[in-house]
Amino acid sequence: MSMREKAAITGVGETAYSRESGRSVVSLQLEASLRAIEDAGLRPSDIDGVIPYGSAVVAEELVTNFGIGDLRFSATTPLGGASCVAAVQCATAAITAGICNHVLIPVGRNGASQGRIGARVQQMPQFRLVGEFEMPLGAIAPAQLYAPMARRHMELYGTTSRQFGEIAVSTRANAILNGNAIMTKPISIEDHQVSRMISDPLRLLDCSLESDGACAIVVSGIERARGLRRTPVMVMGIAEGHPDSPSVITQRPDITRLGLAKAAARAFDMAGVTHADIDVAEIYDCFTYIVLCQLEDLGFCKKGEGGPFVESGAIRLGGKLPVNTHGGLLSQAHMVGMNHITELVRQLRGEAGKAQVAGAEVGLVTGYGDMGDGSVAIMRRG
Amino acid sequence: MSATETYNKLVPEPTPHSAPYWEGLNEHKLLLQRCRSCGRMRHYPQPMCPVCHSMEVEWIESSGRGAVHSWTVTHHPFHPGFRDDLPYTLATVDLAEGVRMNAQLRGTRLEDLRIGLPVRVAFETVKEGLTLPYLVPG
Repeated sequence: MSMREKAAITGVGETAYSRESGRSVVSLQLEASLRAIEDAGLRPSDIDGVIPYGSAVVAEELVTNFGIGDLRFSATTPLGGASCVAAVQCATAAITAGICNHVLIPVGRNGASQGRIGARVQQMPQFRLVGEFEMPLGAIAPAQLYAPMARRHMELYGTTSRQFGEIAVSTRANAILNGNAIMTKPISIEDHQVSRMISDPLRLLDCSLESDGACAIVVSGIERARGLRRTPVMVMGIAEGHPDSPSVITQRPDITRLGLAKAAARAFDMAGVTHADIDVAEIYDCFTYIVLCQLEDLGFCKKGEGGPFVESGAIRLGGKLPVNTHGGLLSQAHMVGMNHITELVRQLRGEAGKAQVAGAEVGLVTGYGDMGDGSVAIMRRG
Repeated sequence: MSATETYNKLVPEPTPHSAPYWEGLNEHKLLLQRCRSCGRMRHYPQPMCPVCHSMEVEWIESSGRGAVHSWTVTHHPFHPGFRDDLPYTLATVDLAEGVRMNAQLRGTRLEDLRIGLPVRVAFETVKEGLTLPYLVPG
């Protein structure tokens, strides 16, 4: 049974993004969730499925605060930054199976004002092998663990730091148009080149933000979606992919290939569209290099050609594949990629404001997480 | 106060599957798992052979010889215990035995780093009962 167009995103909601919310994570998630539910034209009691992110807010708290009387489905999708798109797959599967009708998927964090990433990863069970064998040697944070992937790509294919810089610059330009982005000062390639080195070859402006805030979506069964308040955004194709050696990058046969490379063909096949049909792409951008690598693993260009692809201006607004039209994790806020899903929905509804891609009908969103997990969804305006 | 008491870096928590690896380091040996059933080498230590699914394992002493697969030079203090080491190079290395390791590479300049650079493993006891590997050119 194909899941193609069995579910749609019917509501999206966000809080203001900041570096210090001054609020609890649960209150942030409840606010974003309520906005998503109201956006869909639903009441909280209509929600009968939830997929919380991590353990900061659990299903029980959502039930209690929203007064959900009969929650029929709950799950988690622990793929780090690939979790949100994977959660849409999980929700679509549950809906297609007839378990539930309206699944709420919230994320939210005080990533800037409370737990920082270097401290968070040390506690995560999926980092256990890295924790035992690499962290004691000084390889602790994602920037350090991912940098060798970028370095090998540079050595094998001639990819340059300036090409990473193009991703940072383009993404910042989009954030400036957004209205709810943390970083709103224009940057140039030269600004990128003089930003301080974090873990070579990754500079400060190659790294995503730490942010406070929350973002949520509602996924609904297609029959119910058609009767709701907003134009549904249909899930055409969706897949997750896990890389070889999923626990440690060090042991991966090809460290320039992410789990997304396994998922991409599945999602395109399910959707029944080609790369030329994609009008806009929201690509998980914890680091600039990860965007470049995903563009290759998705098949928008060949392995090794991501550098020239971005340098050509292809990913800018007005380019052949506008990417991260909201400003992404690099410049809008780090909402674990849920803000990428929200932005794709807005683009396909035609509500993306100054960053609207004219005539956008079909789009793509990815997630990337932990040691290379990937997820991808292809959606269209319903 | 001894150096042992001030050690503030992250320390490993060995498991039953990895204890021989850590004990080997204390004897200045880099030990790798080899499947007793099919002979497949594997690293990091894990309970099962991913090829034949045997849980019978033997430990082989690595030659300690390898070649650089990739690297990063860390400048940012992600952890207070490593602040005094900055900047430091972390190299991913293809060992002669066909598996990889990751460790700090010392005694190289940035411009010397390249894929294939020959390296060998060395050992340092950083606190009582804990010896860590590092890499040097050669």
